[in-house]
Amino acid sequence: MPDASLLEVKGIDAFYGDFQALFDVSLSVDAGQIVAVIGANGAGKSTLLKSIAGLRHPHRGEILFDGTPITDAPAFDVLNRGIALVPEGRRLFPSLSVEENLLIGGQSRRPGPWTLARVYELFPVLAERRHLPAPALSGGQQQMAAIGRALMSNPQLLLCDEISLGLAPIVVREIYSRLPRVVTEGLSLIIVEQDMMQALRAASHVYCLQEGRVALQGPAHALTRETISAAYFGV
Amino acid sequence: MQWFNVVLQGVLIGGLYAMFAAGLSLIFGVMRLVNIAHGDLIVLAAYISLIVTQAMGVDPLTSLLLVVPVMALIGYALQRGLLNRTLGEDLLPPLLVTFGLSIIIQNGLLELFTADSRRLQAGTIEILTFQVTQSVWVGALPLIQFGVAVAAVAGLQALFYKTALGRAFRATSDDQSVAQLMGLDTRHVFAMAMALSLAIVAIAGVFLAIRTNFDPAIGSARLIFGFEAVIIGGLGSMWGTLAGGIILGISQAIGAQIDPGWQLLAGHIVFLAILAVRPQGLFPKVSG
Repeated sequence: MPDASLLEVKGIDAFYGDFQALFDVSLSVDAGQIVAVIGANGAGKSTLLKSIAGLRHPHRGEILFDGTPITDAPAFDVLNRGIALVPEGRRLFPSLSVEENLLIGGQSRRPGPWTLARVYELFPVLAERRHLPAPALSGGQQQMAAIGRALMSNPQLLLCDEISLGLAPIVVREIYSRLPRVVTEGLSLIIVEQDMMQALRAASHVYCLQEGRVALQGPAHALTRETISAAYFGV
Repeated sequence: MQWFNVVLQGVLIGGLYAMFAAGLSLIFGVMRLVNIAHGDLIVLAAYISLIVTQAMGVDPLTSLLLVVPVMALIGYALQRGLLNRTLGEDLLPPLLVTFGLSIIIQNGLLELFTADSRRLQAGTIEILTFQVTQSVWVGALPLIQFGVAVAAVAGLQALFYKTALGRAFRATSDDQSVAQLMGLDTRHVFAMAMALSLAIVAIAGVFLAIRTNFDPAIGSARLIFGFEAVIIGGLGSMWGTLAGGIILGISQAIGAQIDPGWQLLAGHIVFLAILAVRPQGLFPKVSG
């Protein structure tokens, strides 16, 4: 692994009130890499992504992006530095049209390849429905819009929280089939999934969280189903 | 013909009420903040205009060139420095803080300007009238006031639906934390909304002060007219707010025609009737 990773999470602890959600979690992502974070419900996956995105701030530990500490940076600042989160449950702005949702993502004015036209090229169905209010889209289309909205900020690192949640398998496969094209534009990805197999197919490196701790990590091809299952369920 | 005149005058004054209401509606829509000091800020704008007209020898309408940006700046600073800290899950803290602010503004104005009634003098334009029919005359000033109110509402509507700032307002109103994830600094977005609200307050304050006498204590009555217009029109629609102001204005004019003592009462009764029959207002925001 090269010395300077794009993202370096070093030993963070995170709390919800008195409940500790993350214990000494470390993770690193290199430029152009797809990293999967898997784990059961409540393992701390979403908390980890929110901590990186600046929605929550860890009580201990450090987060470096491109060598700069972003541990206590607010979310809008983290986005402007080049980290975008596709939130769990999509969370499009309901009173905005599809196109307006995408434009909100583009308001950061970071330079880069992603424009409205490029997002519509990636997800043609969004172009047809761009003037509809966001809630009029199907679940899969909403997920595409949420990914497009994040891409519009031209991030260097895209965080995807449970993008397959609540979607039909065929739709999930369609969305995942577009991810390699996103990576060829020079992005790095962190994919958080409960659907282990989907994540393993897409990622080159896997972290498995269990009750807030990293239970297992390694290159995706080196991990067997058995070791992952053991780490996932903690048996 | 007499009733035509009554309704016409009610419509024209309704424009002023709509301007009282537009700023309130905007703030509540974007950040769920009920600004109890709104009426006192209207009076503050009137006093700032008084200072400008006296110090620079300009007429009140020209003073708007200065009063509007000054009030907008006050709004931005107020939101960043004070009100942003009160926003959260609970609606009560901003309510209490703006209530306190209302008392501070009233007493501050009382110290500086005494309780004497003041008036802004707009010159000959105040008595300029046009004849509509044989027995109906319309003043130039109420016409200008109504025109400005329609322009302000149309401008706000366009800003909300056609500009990046308006998009940011709507996105922040929908979901604050996702708005931040998309790079919007919500503290700044809220401060811009308050700046815009007080820019409209400035216009409303100056027209109010040309129309009628003012002193430091008249703010709360204007706050009530503003609230009533917002509730009648329905939250979230600027054109609804204009309609709400006009309905309130017509109700008051008709009440006053029946018996001069009924002017305010008639407005309140119509407001209560609409609240009872249609609590969401006449023109609520279409969901979707």
